[in-house]
Amino acid sequence: MKTLDQIFVLTQHWLTGLAPAALQPLVSMLLIIAALMAVFGTCFALTTILERKTLGRMQNRYGPNRVGPFGLLQPAADGIKMLTKEDIVPEAADKALHFLAPLALTAPVWLAFAVLPFGRNMSAIELDAGILFFFAIGSASELAVFMAGWSSQNKYSLLGAMRAIAQMISYEVPLVLASVPVLMAAGSLSLPEIVRAQSGYALGWIPRWNVLTPWGAAGFGVFLVAAAAESNRCPFDLPEGESELIAGFLTEYSGFKYALFFLGEYLGLFAVTGLGVTLFLGGWHAPASWLEWLPSWGWFGAKFSALIFLFIWMRATLPRLRLDQLLNFAWKFLVPLALIDLVAAAAWLKSGGWQFAWALETRWLLCATLLAPAYVCLGRHWRGGTPKPRRYHYAQ
Amino acid sequence: MSAPLTHYLILSALLFCIGFAGAVGRRSAILVLIGIELMLNAANLNFIAFWRYGPHPEALTGVMFVLFSIAIAAAEAAVGLALVIATYRQRRTTRMDQLDTLKG
Amino acid sequence: MRNEIAFYLVAAFTVAFAIAAMTLRDLVHCALCAAGAFAGLAMLYLQLDAEFVGFAQLLVYVGAIAVLILFAVLLTRGDEVRPGRAAPARSWWMGAGAAALVLAAIAAPILLSPSLEGGAPGAASAPVRRIGEELMTRYVLPLELVGVLLTGALLGAVVIAMREEPRTEDKAGGIPPRFTPTPGNPANPR
Repeated sequence: MKTLDQIFVLTQHWLTGLAPAALQPLVSMLLIIAALMAVFGTCFALTTILERKTLGRMQNRYGPNRVGPFGLLQPAADGIKMLTKEDIVPEAADKALHFLAPLALTAPVWLAFAVLPFGRNMSAIELDAGILFFFAIGSASELAVFMAGWSSQNKYSLLGAMRAIAQMISYEVPLVLASVPVLMAAGSLSLPEIVRAQSGYALGWIPRWNVLTPWGAAGFGVFLVAAAAESNRCPFDLPEGESELIAGFLTEYSGFKYALFFLGEYLGLFAVTGLGVTLFLGGWHAPASWLEWLPSWGWFGAKFSALIFLFIWMRATLPRLRLDQLLNFAWKFLVPLALIDLVAAAAWLKSGGWQFAWALETRWLLCATLLAPAYVCLGRHWRGGTPKPRRYHYAQ
Repeated sequence: MSAPLTHYLILSALLFCIGFAGAVGRRSAILVLIGIELMLNAANLNFIAFWRYGPHPEALTGVMFVLFSIAIAAAEAAVGLALVIATYRQRRTTRMDQLDTLKG
Repeated sequence: MRNEIAFYLVAAFTVAFAIAAMTLRDLVHCALCAAGAFAGLAMLYLQLDAEFVGFAQLLVYVGAIAVLILFAVLLTRGDEVRPGRAAPARSWWMGAGAAALVLAAIAAPILLSPSLEGGAPGAASAPVRRIGEELMTRYVLPLELVGVLLTGALLGAVVIAMREEPRTEDKAGGIPPRFTPTPGNPANPR
């Protein structure tokens, strides 16, 4: 079982050992990069087809089912189609930026996978400030989106890019704020350390995952919504809403560059989902002690797939928001809730030493009294009243 | 073996002067702000380099200074750009040579 | 040796982007190049083993300040120097000349100072835990002050940049004009 759990690590060590000593650090790194690219490239291909199939089922139709068994070769067909399409660059476009934008979006996202622990001893680099690295890398995508929208010299592109940037900046705040309580609980910014802090079982059977604490549950909710918005997933996909903005900042992209954007967005989704698994769902830990014989990377994969499915489900269920609703939701609901969640987490951690009977129940009650009224009040406030007409500040 | 301290200092001086030239020579208020940010960054590089090569790296003084400097630069940029936008709305220009109302 | 080559590469990258940021004509290009220069500086911090500062630099400068600058550029459009017209040369050359003087004034002491020679770096590192502890003990007052300052800056920026509400009597006249030149302060004709 040990071998199965560590099979990727052992394989990597073995392959590295085959190289001459001088080249070993390089080979070791290249192997990890190749593995990550292979796994998440496949993941991307699979997700596109499974998403389309799931959406189809949820909308009472078959998804793609022509190419290969059950339509599973559809991604290959799509890829060939994308690669052979003509690459159109608008006459008025800023050629250099137009070319660089897809690269600037896709390249940094790959870096984000470097710090995620995919299993026991399975993170490419163990950074002391891993989560900070993750968010720092994510901030590059805003510039890439801007480059894409601006260089196209098309008003839909620019509008889409402005929307996307406003959305990404707004939702980065709750995303980071929701992860702060986890850092407080783990006492570290290093992602493997955060996973380690979630090992073990409370009362002998409840795993110590952060999502199973009151603040963790609230934080996970905020995190999920913010993650969906960060990666432009469906209820929040208005930067590229086809029906209002043609395709937002993607309007003037075709062929391979379009595919790169597509890849970048899905990779961003994967990265932030992986982060969610690591921060709240106990990373690669098994949910019960009698299930620990399954390999750790298997558990990570299972949780990861479940979250991806949740995102697909959300896409099939929820309608698109309006821009002012979207920004109000971030600033008037998610951010205050995340801040109160921070207080609740502090109360929970501070009361960790309580020893009397019913201590756990009292702590739950304490956190619940902090969070529940806030949730109700903020939700009411956000929902309350008749919707006012929109006020345009700049786009007159 | 990494590059000697003097190279970091020269690089920082170079960046400072590039920022200075932009801040003094360019007319757009936004470019002036970018120039000032570059100058701040050059100073930060000096702090980090001196911290790294100095006799007491365990004191973390340089690192702390830069962290605070980054936070203050963020505040400065936010207020500065808000001023630029407000001025633009009032006067329809961000060119420094046209913002001369205070001239006697 | 490898570190040295990396340093010179990153240094060249940073300086090139900084020069581009200060000389290009298109403001959007300038802002993007500035973002590149900031990222280069972050890499230099990482080379100097200041991991936390490097990532903070990336997060704040590339993620926030560069985007802020881009937004400001877009909100003040129609203002760039028109491509056909050459930028007035005088102030530019004066700026460059002054900068060269400053460079000479800074570089000469650096190159001549004997105490800066040699100095190989010791084993320094700034672990996040240490930084956190210092921030919460020795530097707690500055930290609080920075918090107050940032809150103040946030509010101030919103108030300054917010469009002034039209007064109630103006509202009767239907849609308020885009901006109203006050008497004594006529707007510049475009």
